[in-house]
Amino acid sequence: MLLLIPLLPFAGFLLNACFGRRLSKTVSGGIACATIAGSFALSLASVWNLLSRNPESQAIVLDVGSWIRSGDFDAALALRLDPLSAVMILVVTGIGALIHVYSTAYMHEEPAGEYARYFSYLNLFAAFMLLLVLGANFLVMFVGWEGVGLCSYLLIGFWYQKQSASDAGKKAFIVNRIGDFGFILGILMIVLHFGTVDFLEIARSAAVLQPETVFGPLSAITLLLFVGATGKSAQIPLFVWLPDAMEGPTPVSALIHAATMVTAGVYMIGRNAVLFSHAPETLTIIAVVGAATAFMAGTIGLVQNDIKRVLAYSTVSQLGYMFLAMGVGAFGAGVFHLYTHAFFKALLFLGSGAVIHALAGEQDLRRMGGLKNALPITYWTFVIGALAIAGVPGLAGFFSKDEILFRAYAEGHTVLWVIGMLTSLMTAVYMFRLVFLAFHGDRRSEINHSLPASSGLPGSPAHTTHEGASHLHDAPPAMALALIVLAVGSVVAGWVGIGGRFEHFLEPSFAEAAVVEVGAPGLAGTLMVVSSAVAFAGIGIAWWFFLKNRAAAAAVAERFSGLYRLLTNKYYVDEIYNATLVEPIHIISEHGLWKGVDVRGIDGAVNGTGEIVRLSGRLLRLAQTGSVRAYAASLFLGVVAILGYYLWR
Amino acid sequence: MPSLNHYLVLSAILFAIGTAGVFVRRNLITILLSIEIMLNAVNLTFVAFGRALGSAEGQIIVFFVITVAAAEAAVGLAIIIALFRHHESLNPDTFTLLKW
Repeated sequence: MLLLIPLLPFAGFLLNACFGRRLSKTVSGGIACATIAGSFALSLASVWNLLSRNPESQAIVLDVGSWIRSGDFDAALALRLDPLSAVMILVVTGIGALIHVYSTAYMHEEPAGEYARYFSYLNLFAAFMLLLVLGANFLVMFVGWEGVGLCSYLLIGFWYQKQSASDAGKKAFIVNRIGDFGFILGILMIVLHFGTVDFLEIARSAAVLQPETVFGPLSAITLLLFVGATGKSAQIPLFVWLPDAMEGPTPVSALIHAATMVTAGVYMIGRNAVLFSHAPETLTIIAVVGAATAFMAGTIGLVQNDIKRVLAYSTVSQLGYMFLAMGVGAFGAGVFHLYTHAFFKALLFLGSGAVIHALAGEQDLRRMGGLKNALPITYWTFVIGALAIAGVPGLAGFFSKDEILFRAYAEGHTVLWVIGMLTSLMTAVYMFRLVFLAFHGDRRSEINHSLPASSGLPGSPAHTTHEGASHLHDAPPAMALALIVLAVGSVVAGWVGIGGRFEHFLEPSFAEAAVVEVGAPGLAGTLMVVSSAVAFAGIGIAWWFFLKNRAAAAAVAERFSGLYRLLTNKYYVDEIYNATLVEPIHIISEHGLWKGVDVRGIDGAVNGTGEIVRLSGRLLRLAQTGSVRAYAASLFLGVVAILGYYLWR
Repeated sequence: MPSLNHYLVLSAILFAIGTAGVFVRRNLITILLSIEIMLNAVNLTFVAFGRALGSAEGQIIVFFVITVAAAEAAVGLAIIIALFRHHESLNPDTFTLLKW
């Protein structure tokens, strides 16, 4: 049954990939939704089965067979369901199913062939993601890890006719490849060090080791694995691909670039919690990188004008939180945030998708406004999502974010806690800036006038065929369903974590790594009040600057124009990478490797051989005069020479 | 009574004359005749050795050489006639087409 969970979406992929062109949209969309929904049902059944087992040995292992066997090394093709992967498969299949349903409406104006292609990619993604989280060893996980990267590339570049989309796809793929390089090296080092790739065996071997106080093999392994995580989960320094990935269709951003794939790095660290907890130096680096990413992405998110880019930076920022949690050893809290974040960030993306859908492809916040009455369902669900991510008490984000910050504080990382709090404030500000700019105030642009900006592109969902393009419509039923379910999820998802029940559930997966040190109960309460106050303060700031007194926002931007420019240009990170990495590599590749080594060296050697033969031939044929007497003379001289040699030898 | 050396020296002189003729003369027929002289110089050597060693084999080979020389002369003259029809010349330096 475990095997069917990833195989069902894979079957959907095969059906849509092979016969998609001949199927109607209803059928291909139906296949995709049915397979992922079936996978969700199976996941529920499996998790139910898991829960009914002895809590001490909470794991279902399915050994399909031996995959690679060489000497002592044996990598099995095995799937493993334990509390951690249970959470992940529920998130992937549950939210994945909702997003599939949403997509049937969102993509309905694509031609049938493209529609089937979209759903085949989406199903393939689900299959690989499930393989990633269910894999019982690094190799199986790696197959999924690379597979989701491939699907991410395919889906970012789904509208490949648009130059920016195909560029963004390539960027995502290449940046991920850099991270994957570290990941592969990490796996190889694990094989060398532990002689196995099985998570459980690695954890057992690592558990008996002393935590490394100085930089040693464990630190190197975990650091390399973390490099892989920074690529997949968009952390400093490899976060640059995620904002560009917003070129893909919005449901894809919701599923892959918010809820599931980008959290693979967090999951991977959680999966190897024992290993990581034996390398405190790496954990410190992870915590610092996470906090820095959270803060940096938060500040960029404050000033972006593209609705999806704000959400993208918000995702990067929230992923930073998860890594902060992992880094301070709060593996449970990190995975908890992963789980709640999947709900509200998918909701926010789908909400923004509904807005974009209604506005015929418009993504610029400056041209929105006043959508509250036109799109009530979208508005209310979006507000719930925003409240959840801002950390308003009672909603999902509050419990998980609060837990992370509390653990950071309790573990003595006060500086990281302060940064986390500031980021939390910024989260509330940029989310409600989004809400106020998009839904409140007056319409700042008629949709008809905004059309030339986007309608000509083949990539943007071309809704120009709507009768009267200015007709605003709220989310169609399929989209509304997904929005409402996710909104409910964003409210209640956090409740399972009350009293540390969620983390307790995960404990078997982290083994002794997650030793929960319970801080003073009074401290937790105080911090909770502080973070709630921060959330409300952020909403208040956003209300003041972006609704009440918009001139003030402009004035602040004017006052700190240098900083503002720095932020709108995303710290010039892309430019810096271009100047320091991309351009030099480009120059070396073009002038050194291509025009130097390849053209001169390799081609030169091959062409040179031919050239030498040709030249010597041209010289030799000068002897071939055609004159009979010259031939006779050379014959005679040759005979004389040979005879002379033998006579005077 | 001339000794073997005399014959051999005469043969060498004849061969040298023939070779020089092949190189120096500009008439194909003369060249053909020079070749005949070279062949006969060789024949003389064979016969001389055969007589000096008291064997008939030298003379037998000479018969073969004469036969081949006759055939060669026939073919060579035929080629020369054909060439002359083409080029109206017997100078070997005009026939340089057989090259690359």
